[in-house]
Amino acid sequence: MSAETAAGGTPAPGTTVSMTMIEAIRSAHHVMMERDERVVAFGEDAGAFGGVFRCTEGLQERFGEARCFDTPISELGIVATAIGMAVNGLRPVAEIQFADYVYPGYDQIVSEAARMRFRSAGDFTSPIVVRMPVGGGIYGGNTHSQSPEALFTHVAGLITMIPSNPYDAKGMLISAIECNDPVIFLEPKRVYNGPFDGDHDKPLVPWSKDPRGDVPEGHYTVPIGKAAVARPGNDVTILTYGTMVHVAMNAAEQAQVDAEILDLRTLLPLDLEAIVASVEKTGRCLVVHEATRTSGFGAELSAQVQEECFYSLEAPIVRVAGWDTPYPYSQEWEYFPGPNRVLAGLRRVMED
Amino acid sequence: MTVADLQPAGDAYRPPTDVAARDIMDLAFGLIRVLDDEGMAHGPWIPNLSRDTLVEILGTMFTTRAYDARMMKAQRQGKTSFSMRSRGEEAIGATTAKVMGPDDMCFPTYRQASYLIGRGQDPLVMMNQVYGNAADLNRGTQISGMYTAADLGFFSISGNLATQMPQAVGWAMAAKAKGEPTAALGFVGDGSTAEGDMHAALTFASTYRPPVILAIVNNQYAISTDEEVARGSAQTFAQRGIGYGLPSLRVDGNDVLAIHSATSWARDRALDGHGPTVIEFVTYRASAHSSSDDPTRYRPEDEFDEFPLGDPIKRLRLHLQHLGYTNDQANELDTTIRVMIEAKNDEAEAIGTINTGERPPLSKTFELVYETMPAHLVRQQKQAGLQ
Repeated sequence: MSAETAAGGTPAPGTTVSMTMIEAIRSAHHVMMERDERVVAFGEDAGAFGGVFRCTEGLQERFGEARCFDTPISELGIVATAIGMAVNGLRPVAEIQFADYVYPGYDQIVSEAARMRFRSAGDFTSPIVVRMPVGGGIYGGNTHSQSPEALFTHVAGLITMIPSNPYDAKGMLISAIECNDPVIFLEPKRVYNGPFDGDHDKPLVPWSKDPRGDVPEGHYTVPIGKAAVARPGNDVTILTYGTMVHVAMNAAEQAQVDAEILDLRTLLPLDLEAIVASVEKTGRCLVVHEATRTSGFGAELSAQVQEECFYSLEAPIVRVAGWDTPYPYSQEWEYFPGPNRVLAGLRRVMED
Repeated sequence: MTVADLQPAGDAYRPPTDVAARDIMDLAFGLIRVLDDEGMAHGPWIPNLSRDTLVEILGTMFTTRAYDARMMKAQRQGKTSFSMRSRGEEAIGATTAKVMGPDDMCFPTYRQASYLIGRGQDPLVMMNQVYGNAADLNRGTQISGMYTAADLGFFSISGNLATQMPQAVGWAMAAKAKGEPTAALGFVGDGSTAEGDMHAALTFASTYRPPVILAIVNNQYAISTDEEVARGSAQTFAQRGIGYGLPSLRVDGNDVLAIHSATSWARDRALDGHGPTVIEFVTYRASAHSSSDDPTRYRPEDEFDEFPLGDPIKRLRLHLQHLGYTNDQANELDTTIRVMIEAKNDEAEAIGTINTGERPPLSKTFELVYETMPAHLVRQQKQAGLQ
């Protein structure tokens, strides 16, 4: 898996160690701050405390307060000052504590960072990375569970990425930091510590028991805009990303369907080539995401598959997504599009 | 329109640049002025400026006014969709452009054309942008008047208000991190101080104390509404800085000498490591908000004549007369500039306007969205009939 996901990126150096996704993200920061003095990391509680999820732990100690620091509670200020720093030659990696809190900074992302290169004809650029945990599964209710990826994929000028495992998380974050365009880096918090497959009653398998948790210690990249085949198969293509990659694996196994699961990894720019190749092979397509259904990223995926693969399709494209409601609290596991819902979707797409 | 506490010229004290904010809170409520109504300079804020420099600033103001008037005419002629003038407040940009260093960065609003001109921008370059013609450096991608000029230390203007203020703070944070002797100057209008961006700018400036000047241009109006709609229960806009523990000056924005002196004070303070300064420049927006606005619906037509701080060009001319630069010399300079602007405009129009001549091709819209054009834009470009 590691070798495959690295395809197209730089080769990974020898030694690997077992890391959680949190440790992998921390390691990406560490590698880049070591290599490039322009890289700075900051956010609410991101300094000495190391972030509420510990993704920046130890960075301030190692690189000093000038390069890893706490910010006031202002997502607007975090994004805006990141843009200003980037304009003045730094490579800011800004943490938004939860994606649910990003909206005060949304105008700065959409109207400023995303359009800086375009509107100034390249006079100014905004190479920032805005990291944020996304998704549900932690009883976080409607303010700690959202999946707002479509709000970013709808914006010209942004790159939107979402890893599903530690190996990809580190390589993708390094690519994001090295990228000269603004990158929205979504971190599915439910898989920070292990490949959660949607069966919340079972104990979580830690990343230490999963080969995708074997992460090279040094610098390597996973390329922007390249999907990975999380599971090869021939009968149906499942397009998904983040936590739902693991849920889809679980459902495919239960259904005993030879599904090909594409972990999209970068949502924009989308790896349409990989999608088309898979759907043309399988003739069926299931789209799975946690985010609400209407105008969700799955709508875009369905439309593109329909446009590009219509004559290969043997059945209508099916979407499994969050219900079009705010994310609930105590109804979490009835709400979460878990293995049973994906399974039902799979059965439907396999019917005709 | 109100100008509270119209302090006489020369009356305000000038503290040392390392002063603590708490020791100069009264400067946020007074008005730092140097020039009196007769054009004489008074008090501790008199800057050390040569007559030649003052004439250059006058020239920048003349150029800006002539340029603005010409572009407004072009809008009425249908040659551009939109025009925004800065008549009455040209002194602020024209003067601060002389204060800031070559590697400093100005984060402007759309009403700082005089800063860009003061930094040496060729009005032809600006006209090409207004007309969106083939020579437009913005490649026809930005609405009229939203200039950019990195080489002149002039940040890309956003039409979304106040967004540039926390960006200016971030720019200055980077300058501080890199140990570079540079400062950022952010401009915001009185109305858009109400945006959350301004609060973020002040908060981050207060926390990290980077070398930044946060300048509020109080031109009395936010399109149709009086400045007090945003000011609310506060007495002045400079007062905003006090709550953040930042030194805050309230300055006569139509007084070139006071502007120069106060901005230099703030810049020296920034470069010496004493942190940010908030400055409210009090001025008057003599023209409409934009070519789409009709100010007769909300204010008396002769209100500018009644404005107690006058017209910055008239005031500098009067002062220069005391320095031996005659009214005739000023008129001659003004005439030369007007002729130059007409000639530049002919040149720009010959290249093209929004609906005549050569325009940047649609392909420019697809370029520079990303550093490298992604596959979906390559496909869409083909669908648009390109390549």
